[in-house]
Amino acid sequence: MKRLCLIGLAGLLPLAFSAPASAQELKIGLASEPTSMDPHFHNLGPNNAMRRHIFEGLVAQDAEQKVQPELAASWRALDDTTWEFKLRPGVKFSNGIEFSAKDVIYTICRVPTVENSPSSFTFAVRNFTSVEAPDPQTVVIKTGTPLPLVPNNLATIGILSAQANGGENVKYRAGGCEGLGTPPKSADFNDPAKAIGTGPYKLANYTRGTSIILERNESYRGRAPHWAKVTFRPMSSQGARVAGLLAGDVDFIENPPIQDFERIKNAGFQIAEGLSNRIIYIHLDQFQDPNWKTPGVKGTDKNPFLDKRVREAVSKAINRQAIVDRIMGGHAKAAGELLPYPLFGATKDFPIEKYDPEAAKKLLAEAGYPNGFEVTLGSPNDRYINDEKIAQAVAQMLTRVGIKTNVDAMTASTFFTRRNKFEFSMYLAGWGADSGEMSNSMNSLVVTLQPDKGLGPTNRGRYSNKRVDELVVKAMATVDDAARERLLQEASKLAMSDYGIIPLHFEVTPWAFKKGLSYRPRVDQYTLATEITQVGS
Amino acid sequence: MLVYLIRRLGQSLLVIAVMATLVFVAMFAVGDPVDILASPDADQRERDAIAKRLGLDRPLWEQFGLFVWRALHGDLGRSFVYNVPAVDVILQRLPATLELALTGLVFSIAIGIPLGVLAGLKPYSRLGRGIMSGSILGFSLPNFWIGLMLILLFAVELRLLPAGGRGPVVSVLGIPTAAFSLEGLKHLILPALTLALYKSALVIRIAQAGTREVMLQDYIRFARAKGLSRQRIIFVHVLKNIMIPVVTVLGLELGSMIAFAVVTETVFAYPGMGKLLIDSINRLDRPVIVAYLMMTVVIFVIINLIVDLLYAAIDPRVRLAEAKG
Repeated sequence: MKRLCLIGLAGLLPLAFSAPASAQELKIGLASEPTSMDPHFHNLGPNNAMRRHIFEGLVAQDAEQKVQPELAASWRALDDTTWEFKLRPGVKFSNGIEFSAKDVIYTICRVPTVENSPSSFTFAVRNFTSVEAPDPQTVVIKTGTPLPLVPNNLATIGILSAQANGGENVKYRAGGCEGLGTPPKSADFNDPAKAIGTGPYKLANYTRGTSIILERNESYRGRAPHWAKVTFRPMSSQGARVAGLLAGDVDFIENPPIQDFERIKNAGFQIAEGLSNRIIYIHLDQFQDPNWKTPGVKGTDKNPFLDKRVREAVSKAINRQAIVDRIMGGHAKAAGELLPYPLFGATKDFPIEKYDPEAAKKLLAEAGYPNGFEVTLGSPNDRYINDEKIAQAVAQMLTRVGIKTNVDAMTASTFFTRRNKFEFSMYLAGWGADSGEMSNSMNSLVVTLQPDKGLGPTNRGRYSNKRVDELVVKAMATVDDAARERLLQEASKLAMSDYGIIPLHFEVTPWAFKKGLSYRPRVDQYTLATEITQVGS
Repeated sequence: MLVYLIRRLGQSLLVIAVMATLVFVAMFAVGDPVDILASPDADQRERDAIAKRLGLDRPLWEQFGLFVWRALHGDLGRSFVYNVPAVDVILQRLPATLELALTGLVFSIAIGIPLGVLAGLKPYSRLGRGIMSGSILGFSLPNFWIGLMLILLFAVELRLLPAGGRGPVVSVLGIPTAAFSLEGLKHLILPALTLALYKSALVIRIAQAGTREVMLQDYIRFARAKGLSRQRIIFVHVLKNIMIPVVTVLGLELGSMIAFAVVTETVFAYPGMGKLLIDSINRLDRPVIVAYLMMTVVIFVIINLIVDLLYAAIDPRVRLAEAKG
């Protein structure tokens, strides 16, 4: 109330210290800063979210990660390996140049040329055998093998202007384009004059570590965005972010900590939260090589997790709802599979494992461990919401049914390095499905790890099930959406009933902002200024 | 003086070399940057490509050799995360940090010396005792807590000052700075005060002890007997004589304010070098961490050198000894 009075007074009195903000200006506190303004430099959430303000893609993912038209008005698969995109006519870049199919080809050619990319976008344009423009409003892409995710993948690629970068005569060639000219360097895009896209905003100023300022692109093709100027400020520490919001330094922040929700609401601010595409899961070492001794298991010579009954016992011993209610404060959703409904490939009302410690004990006894065994649960302690606390809770629950569990929690950089060297028999981690559909989760976490084929890259439990592999691999080459979804649903059901991986819960992403704003939560956790709306004024 | 300088420089170079080796090898042991940098769904091919691009596929000795070779040519490597020279990333943050450290220094002198001298002049008065016990608070309260309380009071409740960040930057003599505008100064006050509180407590104690000692010296009695005014005695004879320990301590503390204002910068989301260090450690941006620590060593060495030169300026005895030796 006191604050409301102060706000009221600010309008009447020329208070020396209150800088009146224009109604058209929005200040956002980011939890992590984009590492570059180059749309193709670093495939990372904060970069991709920022990119969408300035550089549009052919297509874009909506709040539920469904692919929607953006620069392409429509698209279709002509056959299993040919995609046709029909472009919107009359679109202009922010410097006035007309957008055409040439720009799409240029962009696809430029992506693999980015130097020193710490995480490249080449995955999205890999395996294209030809990219052609039969007319300026049409792009036809042919792929070597059937790739149903071509539209999803292209949604991550911001389109550059060929002309602005000196690539008017570009010709696509697999393995290296012709006429690309000198593609721009990543650092070039930090200069507003070079960051030319078709998006609703233009870059006005970028000072690394301090702020990113965007201005409305007056020649934007669609409805002009509400905010004339948007300032993004990196505020990586949670406390600083919340204080900045409460003090009125910023209007909108990402990821307020759960324990501050009450305070934020009591101070007259609002919180929006929505399901994310991130699953928190437990992986169990199931490597079948006879010479492999699983690390950290004591009390038995065998690897107990190779026995399905033990995996089932682990799953039944965990009270997911209790974790959601007590540790996550209700801000999470218990999970039965790896992707939440309504995302593509998830099943509506997928059953969630019931908490049943008695059944778990019985299963352990049947499997030959009436007295249980001892195991170490690896976990990061600064990567996911309450990650270490969740690991502690899981350890207690498992200990209760006889699997004596010690938690080894560590900082993320150490954890992932050790995890990737298979140093844990059991580990807790999270997975965000960037593409927003099930083949991403299944292939990354459940399909047998085969580095040479690019399969199962994050299946560090080394679960392996031939039937699941077949289904997922088949799905990844099935262009027909309905058929692919059925295959993925079946694969997921099979993997879950085999307890190849133990899903715990989906994270919920919160945003906090001042009264009078509203935000529709996004599954991909992006903060898009274009979708922050003003209500009631 | 020249010999002394050369000797000091030689020592400094050795320190820098040892530091480089320690830091580089330690960073190598911490974790694999590819695990943090790569998109989680990157397959092995992509991960290998990243390692190759960043030169991480080579053995340790080769990476170290390359690092040393380049460092000798003035190149401390490119940031993995930003793909610009690591030194540029750090130098870009330097003005912000210098602003903060110097403002903090000014605060700690402005608070510390008057209070310390006052307490030293009247050690047994209520005021003197009050100042000394107050300074204990300055020592013992943790930095981040002070910062949070200041934010709560001045930013959230009173709304007088911003809760964090840096003010609008303008270019003065080619240096981008925020310290010459009202808005910029307002952003500086709280973090600088947070930084200064501990240092000013330190200064109070040193100044108090120094004043008590100096007041008993013969030359003060002599000055009194000569009939000099109290003001002249305090401002000329006392102040000058207590400055040496104060300058030593502040010099070293300035170094740590520049290099390790990590906590303050984090609490205030202040885009300085300390914040950069923390962010870089979290992202395993090795070149930036290594370059940062190397620059820190260099800064400390330089400050120590300046402090030594300042001694000579303040104390003629030092000057004479150096001239002889």
